[in-house]
Amino acid sequence: MLFQDGYGSEMELFANLSLGFSIALTTTTLMLAVIGCILGTMIGALPGLGPTNGVAILIPISFTLGLDATQALVLMTSVYYGAMYGGRISSILLNIPGDEPAVMTTLDGYPMAKNGRAGDALVLSGFASFIGAFLATIGLMLLAPMLAQVAFYFGPAEYFALYLLAFCTLGGLGSNNQAKAAISVCIGLGIAMIGVDGSTGLTRFTGGNLHLFDGIDFLVAIVGLFAITEIFVFIESHGKETAIGVKLEKISIPVKEIIYTRWTVLRGSCIGFVAGLLPGAGASIGSFLAYMSEKAVVKDNSQFGKGDPRGIAAPEAGNNAAAGGALIPMLTLGIPGSGTTAVLLALLMTLNITPGPLLFNERPEVVWGLIATLLIANVMLLILNVPLVKFFTRILQVPASILLPGVTMISFVGIYSLSGSHFDLLLMIGFGILGYFLRKFDIPSVPVILGILLGGHMEVSLRRAMVLSDGDWTYLLSSPICIGLWVAAILGFVAPIFLKSLFKKPERIKD
Amino acid sequence: MNDRILGILIAVMALAFFASATQLETPFFSDPVGPKLFPYIISTVAFVASFNMIISPEKKPTWPALSVFSSLSIAVIILVVYAYSLRPLGFLLPTAVCASVLSYQIKQRIFYSFLTGVGLSIGLFVVFKFFLGLGLFAFPRWVWV
Repeated sequence: MLFQDGYGSEMELFANLSLGFSIALTTTTLMLAVIGCILGTMIGALPGLGPTNGVAILIPISFTLGLDATQALVLMTSVYYGAMYGGRISSILLNIPGDEPAVMTTLDGYPMAKNGRAGDALVLSGFASFIGAFLATIGLMLLAPMLAQVAFYFGPAEYFALYLLAFCTLGGLGSNNQAKAAISVCIGLGIAMIGVDGSTGLTRFTGGNLHLFDGIDFLVAIVGLFAITEIFVFIESHGKETAIGVKLEKISIPVKEIIYTRWTVLRGSCIGFVAGLLPGAGASIGSFLAYMSEKAVVKDNSQFGKGDPRGIAAPEAGNNAAAGGALIPMLTLGIPGSGTTAVLLALLMTLNITPGPLLFNERPEVVWGLIATLLIANVMLLILNVPLVKFFTRILQVPASILLPGVTMISFVGIYSLSGSHFDLLLMIGFGILGYFLRKFDIPSVPVILGILLGGHMEVSLRRAMVLSDGDWTYLLSSPICIGLWVAAILGFVAPIFLKSLFKKPERIKD
Repeated sequence: MNDRILGILIAVMALAFFASATQLETPFFSDPVGPKLFPYIISTVAFVASFNMIISPEKKPTWPALSVFSSLSIAVIILVVYAYSLRPLGFLLPTAVCASVLSYQIKQRIFYSFLTGVGLSIGLFVVFKFFLGLGLFAFPRWVWV
């Protein structure tokens, strides 16, 4: 029976939470959370270093610290949440979004800052981020164990359909051109096929190169595609994008506006959270949906795009709520909802933690330690991001000509310390070049990462399903869950093609 | 190069991937699907999607001027050289050179780039070696045996 333990579930929740806090409140863990929050906010604030590449370059480094699984996860998720907060700083002050979801914050944040209200915009968005992330963490606490129960009913056919859903929504909802997203997924899946085939023990697509027998390490691909690509992009723009946009004079708390936007923040949080649950594209569309629906719901939306405080509160709450929501499919099903959660999944896999329903039963200390840390980190981030926001805005002044070479060197040392082979470094450069061309052609690079991460699992589920059914293809549609997932997958891919105007992403505003 | 040409390129690559998948051996005791099917599916999807790029291309990407293109080539070359030199030459020298060259490609000021490179090299070495405890070698190992 599902959810049969309604009677004891609250007790269980508190027991789990206290287990979590007992882990999160140890000195080491707490310190890691603080470091993670500070690093994350800095990474998010730095133009040209979004959450995805920031988390990616830190993963190899975190291994060398000799942290155990929980500690490494605490550090990196604090960085993740921190980067979500920090991203708004460069969006508002420089009109440079750190990653795709942050684009929505530039729409009203930058005009408001240009009107001389940069401080208000930063504080307001900090509060919205806090509420969004806080509600999402509560949602995570309540919903994740339930979804983990449902996930026990997932067999290979269901998993195959789920992977399909992730890729379809990523292509359909997460991108403006479905064909290009599909190509991107295929590149990733194709790369995942390289190496020894687990079922037969034969090598595939290695060209006889011994280095490739183990397959391509997804960390190499991630760091290449996100960090190394960035240096090429900056060389091309000659660091022009780092020009300081607007000045920040003084910081005060705009109480009136915080109260004025309270429903906006709540609506944005709910929409963002639900969007975050969607495997594949979830976290990246949270801020977009929150902004667009807020614009549709309010009576007078004439000020949207010109510095309306609701236009800052909605996407920031949505973005942070989606970031929390996306942890649910990542932890219970092993399906990330965005580029950054994909990187976190890569971290889990490298730490030998298999996300999925069993994680909640076998490693409760990991899950609940993480949840407790998120709650603590969120409060820390509010403190860091409201009274101390001025400190972080100084980071924006680091010139690209120092930052980018630094990031590149850190990437090299990180990857080199993982394997000690120069072949991986060459591969990483190769991925950097690939990422540059993908960006030139407007082909999204997140699906490549998801393809590499999930490709092996997707193939294994398909083949297991076929073994179970002895080659009967109808088995893939044999359960209600499967049928539901297939329908959702097809809808997720096809519907946006017909509803193009509704899902069209607004362009970034120009100066 | 535009979407059409890239579309054709991807179509060709998808065919090549398909062709090389047909060459895979299927062992006698294999699962009903075997190691070939999934690569077939991937290449078919990529092939179909590439046609969409050929039929309805989007706006042409803006390619950098020749001078920027040479900057990018220099960056790639220095990164490859760096990858090969990290082990034999130790950390400090290759990192200083590579970071200087990269910095110079972003902002063309020689002395400033040189300082950036040297500063990053020493700073990162201290952080990696003494704070994070990585087993880096500062100098080539034959300097001090």
